[in-house]
Amino acid sequence: MYSIFIKEVNYFLNTLIAYVVISVFLIAIGLLMWVFPETSVLTYGYADMETLFAFGPYVFMFLIPAITMRMFAEESKNGTLELLFTRPLTDWQIIIGKYLSAYFLVIFALIPTLLYYYTIYQLGSPVGNIDTPGVIGSYVGLTLLGGVFTAIGIFSSAITSNQIIAFITSVFMCFMLYAGFTSLSSMNVFGDMAPLIEQLGISYHYNAMSKGLLDSRNLIYFFSVALTMLLFTKLTISSRKW
Amino acid sequence: MSVIVSQLTKTFGNQKAIDNISFEAKKGEIVGFLGPNGAGKSTTMKIATCYTPPTSGTVTVCGEDILTSPIEVRKKIGYLPEHNPLYLDMYVHEYLKFIGNLHGLKGSMLKNRIALMIGMCGLTQEQNKLIGTLSKGYRQRVGLAQALIHDPEVLILDEPTTGLDPNQLVEIRNLIKEVSQDKTVIFSTHVMQEVQALCDRVIVINQGKIVANDPIKELKAENNKINKVTVEFAKSMAIEKLRAIEYVNKVNQLSETKYALFSDKAHDIRATIFELATKESIPLLGMNLEEESIEQVFQQLTNPEK
Repeated sequence: MYSIFIKEVNYFLNTLIAYVVISVFLIAIGLLMWVFPETSVLTYGYADMETLFAFGPYVFMFLIPAITMRMFAEESKNGTLELLFTRPLTDWQIIIGKYLSAYFLVIFALIPTLLYYYTIYQLGSPVGNIDTPGVIGSYVGLTLLGGVFTAIGIFSSAITSNQIIAFITSVFMCFMLYAGFTSLSSMNVFGDMAPLIEQLGISYHYNAMSKGLLDSRNLIYFFSVALTMLLFTKLTISSRKW
Repeated sequence: MSVIVSQLTKTFGNQKAIDNISFEAKKGEIVGFLGPNGAGKSTTMKIATCYTPPTSGTVTVCGEDILTSPIEVRKKIGYLPEHNPLYLDMYVHEYLKFIGNLHGLKGSMLKNRIALMIGMCGLTQEQNKLIGTLSKGYRQRVGLAQALIHDPEVLILDEPTTGLDPNQLVEIRNLIKEVSQDKTVIFSTHVMQEVQALCDRVIVINQGKIVANDPIKELKAENNKINKVTVEFAKSMAIEKLRAIEYVNKVNQLSETKYALFSDKAHDIRATIFELATKESIPLLGMNLEEESIEQVFQQLTNPEK
């Protein structure tokens, strides 16, 4: 597992993927937070990081599938998957190694944004006038959301040997899971079921966490979705043996 | 016995890729796996390396069963898959390190093994290059080096010599021979000379069934029932006269003055041909008894209606 993790991280660094992903993420979020007048904190006038946490999931929605799309798709196309499967490794070791390497990159992209927190903390009037628990909750939420998106990306990469299909499938699945369920629940056909459907989506749990309240139900939701996706990946990978 | 294949069957849908095959290979032996395309060679190898499971039957590698302890089996096998998949964006050194790590090699042990493999496979000049920039022959060596990195007891090579130039062929063959002394080597090919040059034993497989499993000399002797003699005269000779020679079954005219004569294995017809030439006073320019080659044996075994 460790060797797979190291190999994938090395790949990200050697092929510049890591730098491109991290800089695109930071530039996009930075522009939204500090430059574009519609969303900029400076013109908004309130000391909060709402922009990062509102747009972060949408940036992740495109970046994470781009990181994960090659994980299994490329290897199965090149035949190197056979190489891995005939080494003394379990399927889980391969999946978890790849998952962690992509997740590592996601978290790495998120770390520099802590600087935004410090900046806003200092800009606040009086200094430090920011909803710190809310920011912590949102960070935990965004990190977990990244974990779920990564698991979805890994899964869609495992079901196909075509990277573009893997990318599009995972963008779609991330979108449906994040915003799709909320929008569906507002349709006027579900009646009493509507709140239940809303709770299936990520944004419901994500928004709940951004209030600064780390409810175990929300945590369990994120962990179980990520785990389910990895389990599906394991099933897909093992299906070669059927 | 280090590799025991017993009653192995694999079906894809209705098609039987391999049909109830059994064989054994012992330590120090090089077994050639021969067969036409689609005969089931690769499938057998994929099963033995725990990539795909068999429909029924099993393979035991050094006492470990592929069904009950696949991880143990994979530790004991060095495998070079068909088409030699490699990570083209890795450096040779990095790649060998990665594969070594997967096999649990660490530290100075790993370093020594990598250095040894690079020397043995002739990669010294190329060790710091990207695999993607290497030519086919060197990639093949990298493939072989990764299969050998953990000093496996069993080496399974799926068509290790396709696409190599004649010099590289000889080098790779020598390499295989060199490492085979304390290992079991099973390799598939459809190049007959290779089998002749390398193998102690040949297993010929056709349509999923084993049609021959013999030491290479016996295989030739067993299937060699016909003698073929090519003769060249100074001018053309009446074909009926050649046909009239005792024990000759068939005569083919190859060109105006060249003929191919077929007879039973038991009788040497060359003396009679010479006498005929003297009697007809037509000078005999050349005569050659062709030993039946392994190619012909292969064709007979895998395509019996011809």
